[in-house]
Amino acid sequence: MSKLITAAKKEGTLNVIALPPTWANYGNIIKDFTKTYGIKVNSANPTGTSQQEVNAIKQENGTAAAPDVVDVGQTFAVGNASLFAPYQVSTWSSIPASQKQASGLWYEDYGGYMAVGYSSKFGTITSLNQLLGPKFKNAVALNGDPTSASAALNGVMMANLAEGGTASNIAKGVAFFHSLKTAGNFSPVSATGASIKAGTTPVVFNWDYLNLPSYVGVSNWKVFVPPHAVLGGYYAQAINKNAPHPAAARLWEEFLYSQGASDGQNLWLQGGARPVEAAAMTSNGSIDKTAASALPPVSGTPVFLTQTQNSGALNYLVANWAKAVS
Amino acid sequence: MAAVATTETGARPVRAGRRPSIPGWVGVVPFFAYVGVFLLLPTGIVITDALKNSSGGWQLSAIGDLGNPLVRGYFIGSLKLCVITSVGGAVFGAILAYAVACGNPDGAVRRLYLAVSGVLAQSGGITLAFAFQALLGPVGLLFHAGWFYNFPWGISLIYVYFQIPLMVLIFMPAIDGLKVQWREASENLGASAWQYWRHVGGPLLAPAFLGSTLLLFANALSAFATIEAWESQIAYTVPQQISTSLNSEVGLANVNYADVLALGMMIMVIVIMTGYALLQRRASRWLR
Repeated sequence: MSKLITAAKKEGTLNVIALPPTWANYGNIIKDFTKTYGIKVNSANPTGTSQQEVNAIKQENGTAAAPDVVDVGQTFAVGNASLFAPYQVSTWSSIPASQKQASGLWYEDYGGYMAVGYSSKFGTITSLNQLLGPKFKNAVALNGDPTSASAALNGVMMANLAEGGTASNIAKGVAFFHSLKTAGNFSPVSATGASIKAGTTPVVFNWDYLNLPSYVGVSNWKVFVPPHAVLGGYYAQAINKNAPHPAAARLWEEFLYSQGASDGQNLWLQGGARPVEAAAMTSNGSIDKTAASALPPVSGTPVFLTQTQNSGALNYLVANWAKAVS
Repeated sequence: MAAVATTETGARPVRAGRRPSIPGWVGVVPFFAYVGVFLLLPTGIVITDALKNSSGGWQLSAIGDLGNPLVRGYFIGSLKLCVITSVGGAVFGAILAYAVACGNPDGAVRRLYLAVSGVLAQSGGITLAFAFQALLGPVGLLFHAGWFYNFPWGISLIYVYFQIPLMVLIFMPAIDGLKVQWREASENLGASAWQYWRHVGGPLLAPAFLGSTLLLFANALSAFATIEAWESQIAYTVPQQISTSLNSEVGLANVNYADVLALGMMIMVIVIMTGYALLQRRASRWLR
């Protein structure tokens, strides 16, 4: 570890990409990393997508500006494993086996559950069917087009589970959004912090860690995860196999996966995200209890979409989504 | 006067033998280099990539995607939007341009009008979509228009906002080209206003009108930011679907498919350009 720190300090720089400062506490994570190790972090394209991260690895390959590490959606990690270098962080055993690639090409880092965020002017929401009522006129929005944005696809899938559908068939979710549209309650504006502040999208389907009052910047904002529709989604870390700063990249992963009070795992938790080592940290007592208890409560077993379920849902959406809501 | 003196008297005569011989084509090199880099090269890349699969091999089957009913739907969506906003923009723009042209050619109204049109024709994108959303959207300041999110009418209203001023700008010179004497001549011969427009003014303006409409069509076809800011949860048009094919996080990302869609848009423009050329050939018969 001390050798790694020396080598990383010698490199002096780390290139990261697509890490919005307000997302899962990344602003503080980057700041703390620089403060601890004196390594400068170049944060490229902070609002980029997973696809753009992968494109950057390919297009900037061999240059000093290429990303050293990426934080991509799980499907991107699986699909682009050949671009990554295997590495096992020292807390490797704390990551559940189903959430990492065995040799360490990628390993999930943090995630959350799909949730309904809503303005508290609507009172308290306890069931999705309430959203079909007249007071939600033009109010309910997704975070993008479900054939394009992962959060939107999972939003439809969450409604599907809440309506009694299964992860292998998203039809009930699309039918729910069709009913929303028929009731005049569906809003096609993509939900952003700005649209929430402006009041254009007072009800938003999004990951719980992106649906917090602190993240959307609105204090009268509540979060609700429907019972028995607990749909999880995790991001994954990976190191570019041609990273311009290989030691700094590995040190960054060590920092992210350390369990100390001011290390990566707890910092993510403080940002409202659920760190991948949460279970191990709960049993060894290193978890930040205040931050953990602030997460929205869930009831029911979390569902994680498999690759097949994801593509099944996508195929159905490509053929039926536009028809259902336009 | 000194300048005149040199040219008049030829104080510095050109000595033919000493002048470095630069071939004439050198003058057009910057133009062709520019067109080559920014038009021909990207076009070539789009066409070749449309014929490739994601691993780089050649394939023709992707072109067949253009016949897929879903893909056809995006083209029909784009076509609807472009036809409505280019015809609507052209008709209203032409009427406005005529009204302004009838006024004092040096008057303040005309100058103000052209200046404002110049600004509005360049508006568009996120700011314009947001302005309409703030006015007529779900929590609109004015009121909430129930049809605001209806495709194509809601978005057409937003597009027409920049199409009309653009039409005014590009159609005004054609109207200014109509000589007062022609109108007077036809009136002297007993023509009614309808007959004048039917047989003189209309045919004279037709090529310019069609050309301007085509420009508006192309303007609407390629617009992306405005419709994306208007709504981004349903892809109605080809540019939106190209964006999905480039950025999809859930498994639709396919650059070659995006190229196929772009190729389809090119074909669309080529068909319209050809139609326009044929029309103009016919219209120009009586302009000779």
